[in-house]
Amino acid sequence: MSIPSDDHQQPDKLARRPIRWYILVFLAPATIIYTVFAIYPIVESLRLSLYAKETGGGSGFVGFANYVRLFGEPYWATRFANAFWNNVVLFAMHMLIQNPIALALAALLSLPTLTGAATYRTIFFLPTLLSVVVVGFVWQLILSPLWGITPDAMQAIGLGAWFRPWLGLESSALVTVTLISIWQYVGIPLMLFYAALINIPEETIEAARIDGLGGWAIFWKVKFPLILPTLGLVGILTYIGNFTASFDLIYAIQGGLAGPDYATDVMGTFLFRSFFGFQSQLGDVYMGATVASMLFFIILVGVGTYLFGVQRRLQRYES
Amino acid sequence: MIVRERLSATTIHVILLGWTALALFPLFVIVLNSWKSRKAIFGEPLGLPTGEAFSAKGYASVLSNSDFPLFFGNSLTVTGVSLALILLFGAMAAHALTEYRFRGNTLIGLYLILGIMVPIRLGTVALLNLIVDLGLANTLTALILVYTAQGLPVAIFIFSEFLRSVSHEIKDSARIDGLSEYRIFLEVVLPLVRPVIATVAVFSMIPIWNDLWFPLILSPGENTRTVTLGVQQFIGQYTVDWGAVLAALSVAILPVLVLYVIFSRQLIRGITAGAVKG
Repeated sequence: MSIPSDDHQQPDKLARRPIRWYILVFLAPATIIYTVFAIYPIVESLRLSLYAKETGGGSGFVGFANYVRLFGEPYWATRFANAFWNNVVLFAMHMLIQNPIALALAALLSLPTLTGAATYRTIFFLPTLLSVVVVGFVWQLILSPLWGITPDAMQAIGLGAWFRPWLGLESSALVTVTLISIWQYVGIPLMLFYAALINIPEETIEAARIDGLGGWAIFWKVKFPLILPTLGLVGILTYIGNFTASFDLIYAIQGGLAGPDYATDVMGTFLFRSFFGFQSQLGDVYMGATVASMLFFIILVGVGTYLFGVQRRLQRYES
Repeated sequence: MIVRERLSATTIHVILLGWTALALFPLFVIVLNSWKSRKAIFGEPLGLPTGEAFSAKGYASVLSNSDFPLFFGNSLTVTGVSLALILLFGAMAAHALTEYRFRGNTLIGLYLILGIMVPIRLGTVALLNLIVDLGLANTLTALILVYTAQGLPVAIFIFSEFLRSVSHEIKDSARIDGLSEYRIFLEVVLPLVRPVIATVAVFSMIPIWNDLWFPLILSPGENTRTVTLGVQQFIGQYTVDWGAVLAALSVAILPVLVLYVIFSRQLIRGITAGAVKG
């Protein structure tokens, strides 16, 4: 991962040319900032996960003891398993609901005969731009039993008896938060699918039409296989986002405790509490680093699967 | 056949309008009610803010009780400076990687875009230690440095993809004219990458402006709060005063909305163009 810094310089075999300092000048600012504030902290966190506080103050090397604690001690193991499972649910729901909706909307938007496509596009992407704090609170208000927008609306269409304070119930909180997240972020896969779809050459589609295929068949047999690489990209972006960025919305709606009773706890909120502590539990830098390192391995597995499994298979499919 | 086409066009518009309503309704409700009195907010959430229902008290309490202008200034500074650094340093690195052959070129290129796949948040524990050691806790500088590091991989990736597709002829003719490598970058390459600047800017800007994690951890102080963090904490304090909460939300939404309406075309063109490259 690390690269010797003198590597930027001139190779020996071209030594007759003077050192090309400008290459160094062009590369240095980006490389330095990125190394110090992105790579170093990640590597250092991995290292810290192998250390723990000692009774006399200071810290010492403990090997994998923190990981043993994370998986072995009932408190940590329960919280970790719960947060991990919630993340899996979150990911599955985004893949099964958000991405199909995005694909469907993108397919409709990319139809060449559609009028007003630009306006729809603008509106569909709008929620993505809003701060999670705003989105979280807006939906909290709308779903609030106190304010009554949702209960009243449901009353009006005869479903009044079905209303529940969904965000406050253990059984429905995670699903509700996920739907809010889908509402906000559907714009990103939508745009990626849309960009892929409008770049399919017109002749390809025309040829299929001449072969007698209808709109539905053209989509599944011609367009869909062509945008599979985008599907793979959306998949891995969804995966990474769910394991890291999901913190923001959940913290904004349910707070650091990810209630009710940890029903919406994900790796991000779990990491936050492990690191900073909450209520009676003290924060622990080393356990925080351990949780972060687990998250690192989880993401590594996902990215590895994508790069060596999904993407390679897709490339073979293409050729 | 024509009838069928028309019918399906109607169906399509019904579906798209349905999602439009879903996307806009929450914002509509908030902005609408922020201009109403407490009684009207609860009595008729969907009524218009006319006559007795109208009240701007919420806005008054937001503007008098809080530091929203300060938070906005902070967010603008952090986002603006980070964006400028990401664009400049990203373009410089991408230029070096695509223009010159030198040992380690591919390796450095891979190293620099590694960050696309590994989120910087995973290093938060050590990052906080580092920021404290550097004496940068509770400063906007801390956020700027972290966001620059976070945004560089994507920027370098998009700029490199773009620069690879640009012909070398212009640069070579500038070289024949005797321009230094620095002037070639400033006078030839920078104007050249203008079309993708929007793409890079959008990809970098949204996560910075909306981020809650790093402001909360690195600079939660009174004077360095960003809008996102400021609104979050304001809402926490004023949960009972619905007028103020709704007004705070509207204040947070409106500038983004206005900017978006003005720039949406360039923005979306940038995103779709960037996605094609990537």
